[in-house]
Amino acid sequence: MRVNFTVNGRQQEADDVWEGESLLYVLRERMGLPGSKNACEQGECGSCTVRLDGVPVCACLVAAGQVEGREVTTVEGLADYAKHRESAHPGGGCASGTCGTSLQDAQQWKAQGTDSQTGEGTTLSPIQQAFIDAGAVQCGFCTPGLLIAADEMLERNPQPTDADIREALSGNLCRCTGYEKILDAVRLAAARQDRQGLQEGAV
Amino acid sequence: MGSTRTTGVPTKLTQGSKTKGGIGESTLRPDGTLKVTGEFAYSSDMWHEDMLWGQTLRSTVAHAEIVSIDVSKALAMDGVYAVMTYDDLPAEMKNYGLEIQDTPVLAHGKVRHHGEPVALVAADHPETARRAAAKIVVEYKELPLITDEASATAPDAVLVHEGRTDSHMSHVPHPNIVHRQPIIRGNAAEAAKKADVIVKGEYTFGMQDQAFLGPESGLAVPAEDGGVDLYVATQWLHSDLEQIAPVLGLPEEKVRMTLSGVGGAFGGREDISMQIHACLLALRTGKPVKIVYNRFESFFGHVHRHPAKLTYEHGATKDGKLTHMKCRIVLDGGAYASASPAVVGNASSLSVGPYVIDDVEIEAIALYTNNPPCGAMRGFGAVQACFAYEAQMDKLAAKLGMDPVELRQLNAMEQGTLLPTGQVVDSPAPVAEILRRVKSRPLPPERQWESSEGADVRQLPGGLSNTTHGEGVVRGVGYAVGIKNVGFSEGFDDYSTAKVRMEVINGEPVATVHTAMAEVGQGGVTVHAQIARTELGVNQVTIHPADTQVGSAGSSSASRQTYVTGGAVKNSCELVREKVLEIGRRKFGSYHPAWATAELLLEGGKVVTDGGEVLADLVDVLEDESVEIEAEWRHRPTEPFDLKTGQGNGHVQYSFAAHRAVVEVDTELGLVKVIELAVAQDVGKALNPLSVLGQIQGGTTQGLGVAVMEEIIVDPKTAKVKNPSFTDYLIPTILDTPTIPVDVLELADEHAPYGLRGIGEAPTLSSTPAVLAAIRNATGLELNKTPVRPEHLTGT
Amino acid sequence: MDFLRPASWEEALAAKAEHPTAVPIAGGTDVMVEINFDHRRPEYLLDLNRVVELREWEVGEETVRLGASVPYTQIMEELRTELPGLALASHTVASPQIRNRGGVGGNLGTASPAGDAHPALLAAGCEVEVESVRGSRLIPIDDFYTGVKRNALAEDELIRAVHIKKADGPQQYSKVGTRNAMVIAVCAFGIALHPETRTVRTGIGSAAPTPIRAKVAEEFLNAALDEGGFWESKKIITPSIAKQFAELASGAANPIDDVRGTASYRRHAVGIMARRTLGWTWESYRGKGRSIEGVA
Repeated sequence: MRVNFTVNGRQQEADDVWEGESLLYVLRERMGLPGSKNACEQGECGSCTVRLDGVPVCACLVAAGQVEGREVTTVEGLADYAKHRESAHPGGGCASGTCGTSLQDAQQWKAQGTDSQTGEGTTLSPIQQAFIDAGAVQCGFCTPGLLIAADEMLERNPQPTDADIREALSGNLCRCTGYEKILDAVRLAAARQDRQGLQEGAV
Repeated sequence: MGSTRTTGVPTKLTQGSKTKGGIGESTLRPDGTLKVTGEFAYSSDMWHEDMLWGQTLRSTVAHAEIVSIDVSKALAMDGVYAVMTYDDLPAEMKNYGLEIQDTPVLAHGKVRHHGEPVALVAADHPETARRAAAKIVVEYKELPLITDEASATAPDAVLVHEGRTDSHMSHVPHPNIVHRQPIIRGNAAEAAKKADVIVKGEYTFGMQDQAFLGPESGLAVPAEDGGVDLYVATQWLHSDLEQIAPVLGLPEEKVRMTLSGVGGAFGGREDISMQIHACLLALRTGKPVKIVYNRFESFFGHVHRHPAKLTYEHGATKDGKLTHMKCRIVLDGGAYASASPAVVGNASSLSVGPYVIDDVEIEAIALYTNNPPCGAMRGFGAVQACFAYEAQMDKLAAKLGMDPVELRQLNAMEQGTLLPTGQVVDSPAPVAEILRRVKSRPLPPERQWESSEGADVRQLPGGLSNTTHGEGVVRGVGYAVGIKNVGFSEGFDDYSTAKVRMEVINGEPVATVHTAMAEVGQGGVTVHAQIARTELGVNQVTIHPADTQVGSAGSSSASRQTYVTGGAVKNSCELVREKVLEIGRRKFGSYHPAWATAELLLEGGKVVTDGGEVLADLVDVLEDESVEIEAEWRHRPTEPFDLKTGQGNGHVQYSFAAHRAVVEVDTELGLVKVIELAVAQDVGKALNPLSVLGQIQGGTTQGLGVAVMEEIIVDPKTAKVKNPSFTDYLIPTILDTPTIPVDVLELADEHAPYGLRGIGEAPTLSSTPAVLAAIRNATGLELNKTPVRPEHLTGT
Repeated sequence: MDFLRPASWEEALAAKAEHPTAVPIAGGTDVMVEINFDHRRPEYLLDLNRVVELREWEVGEETVRLGASVPYTQIMEELRTELPGLALASHTVASPQIRNRGGVGGNLGTASPAGDAHPALLAAGCEVEVESVRGSRLIPIDDFYTGVKRNALAEDELIRAVHIKKADGPQQYSKVGTRNAMVIAVCAFGIALHPETRTVRTGIGSAAPTPIRAKVAEEFLNAALDEGGFWESKKIITPSIAKQFAELASGAANPIDDVRGTASYRRHAVGIMARRTLGWTWESYRGKGRSIEGVA
């Protein structure tokens, strides 16, 4: 079957999709977007977390046919997504989860490459930067899903308690870090967001 | 981070400069940006035009003769390019294995465990491949099962492997025993007479899975020269290569391996999984073949941690001095040897723990059974022993009426202590100190779940499942400490290779570091760049992708990579530096006497004297020359253990960690919430403090997992795995994982590069027994098995 | 495999009538696992995501008509007052990502005894609205579960909504799992006090071939509360009543041994949960619930 949907603000079409394929498979194998990870394929690890019409879901449990006409945001589009949110609602969140990329912006969307192994020159969202800075990335396989989940939580709850962070990320397994640095990263992103909000409020 | 230095041998740089981004700094991962943007290419992300998908058909029974295999229906399917069985293997060599080549690439006449690979399919879509595999008809005739020591060594026991010819066969008491290592020192029976108290215990350690998140996967691309290019996630490229090439019937140079992104490893990627299968299918079809296991298959795709039964006896005088120890450790190696012999060596030689006991009688064996094959996992034999000897310490303390930490400190080994193998511990062993540190830390506040709005269930046992609002909840505190060897032991030639190049690019000196080290998440790539900066005084370091175009780096296991490949990078950098200085002397020596007389360093892109005087810019020294050196580096040699007495200088270095666990147990429902897991660990020298914390906290959490939830359950009647999924094999979530405060000691080991100590495994050892001790403290139960289940805590 | 994408409820019913073997898929949290792990290859997948009504709810006088696909996240966030037991149960479902997709219709359709919603639905009391091209009917929840992973649906019927009685008293829900989040129930217990009718209803999950009520325990408790005048006096329930209620609840369970837990543990745990949740609801009924409600 054929499936049309929007990924990271760009209209995409997949052909010859087997009816049992998941959104995860289509993203990874048909659209060249392998950032969402295939760790369990049973909704028990969160590594494939993407936003479907703004809502975090496990892409492995969405049938490809179910995304027809809908909007998907993956880790590859997270920086862009965060940038648009910031310009639409500076310093604030977007509780509705619908503030994705406008059609006009989507038409101007371009994939951004990296220019070296260290990815210098890449624009990152605050949560992505915080994960690097706090040492929350080891093998990195859980990272894309955690980033999507954490970013969405901070959008809803900009000043989370530790228990809030733990609850929001309880669907994302990490086997390397023991989660301490992941908590640090989310706290760091929240604090930076807070500081930025204060500064903008003061202007 | 609560990192503190302590007295002892201060860590000093053996060489090197103060260039920014060098060792000792928490520089950030070079792969960090790619990993947070989703662009880092893991082995399951590989893609090639026209590629096929490989699928493995696995045995549905644990032990059976294969009567027949009919692949005709599978081959007849549209979209199927190849189906392969044992009969299609191209070379004389049809087996592989880390030490003993006992593992068939595809089952030959017989399957020995549930999930053993029987046939392969390549097709144009994974679903086509799955459907085709399902159409392969295999007729099995089931054989009696060997599932434990009793059935393995029974007089009429079926042999799991007929006609063994491996090196261990001559000294094992039964062919269903892979390896046996006794260690006898002093006279335990005689020493026991001096004991005022004796405690005995039998302990059971469950089968743990590495549960790395990135499943086994990779892509094999057939090459024009008849060889194959393999992109794969592994822990040791060259070991894979040695096993892959012979069964493909190819010389090693025609199998070119490149490390792809590795989604965690923890020992589970030491053995071959899909590597050979993908290559076989690619060579057969002439097309690139990708294989990606799903989580279900992953549970069958790699070896697990050996489950173990451990019997211990300790004696002590009434003032708490240990008199003797006897133990017997039975490890279930499953159907194939994998790393079992080395695991036996570790379990036996470290079975005494970090304690001084002169009179010991130790025996460790690994069995061949029809259970899932077991091999390497973080902690490697030392984990199981630590669980048992630490339980014994608490029992002994209780019987003596002593504080359990004091008892441990009283008997703690230190530098100069003789191990049961007769080897002297010749570097700092701050066992008593790390115990003191975790004990002196303030306890977390009680009843943290209470809030103005009611009980916050997220802070209680049961968590979001809302099982208690404080009812039945009892706090417990427990301690444990462990010892882990670092690096490969028992006479193994443990070396690594580093190729380092220095040149000027765009007007700036740049170092390129090329090793075959598998970056599995631990941060070796970060540390290599730091070492190069420190030794070569450059800012820009390029880490070349790991492949087999450079010499072996050894495995990313045994807490050894920073020591051994880090050591190799340091060594090659030093050799490059000497060459660079030679060039400098040749060009500029006549301008300044210091070129001949002073100690020279490379620092901040310049050649400087140890007094800080700048002699030249590296750019001017090198101009358009490049200096490149590839060199092997090895740590001090070790010796095998004597097969009868276990004596021998078998280890090169040790790593020590201590934990204090604070738990809250819902004693009525038998549910546990770990509140805090405090760690103190000696790391020798923290090359990258942030990464050190990440290793310690991650290792601690894997230890927590096997304390309260992680176990592969094998049905004893069928030897089949009952829970091969993340629904029923549970690993800790962020709500199960407590705060993990870490106290880092840096007592240099003068034998090791920069004084560093391997760190990855030690925290996995003591975490489990500390949690168990805390649960015992809360419940008063004996608890001789891990993981602890609600049934054990409720007597149901 | 064919993928059917009805744009409306009527189209969905027509498709199901035409292809009775079609497997409905909404949140996908059960069906896709079975497909990914090769446990199931249905001839037709019937996607219900485009049927907007399924994601809506109406709060009426007596009941909430809850669309089959209303995600658990919304139930726990927006229906805490009307459906407190189900809201608590929803909070224990898997992970945030799953709660964003899964709804009560999936639990009912799969009818696994381990489904988290069942004990709460049984305790609250509800009717399942099912429909086919032949018409619509309401199935009382007590008649809905007919066997292990079997329910009272005819092959051409789809679950449209659940009509759940609005809470007229405190409700609680507990679930035992061997992890503090993202865990399938070892067993679960739901309780609802119905002061208007002076009755207590219960639900037990994962401790019998189907979700069940602990009817003997309910009858005992109803009689004991009645005889002792507890509903009027709001006295503390005596420990002996609570104990016997717990024992009877435990006795109602008919569990098995499996990898998640033993039968005897399940029986034991159901008893503990029955006693605790009764305590929490009753304290709440007595007006002292502030420190009793779990929060998260």
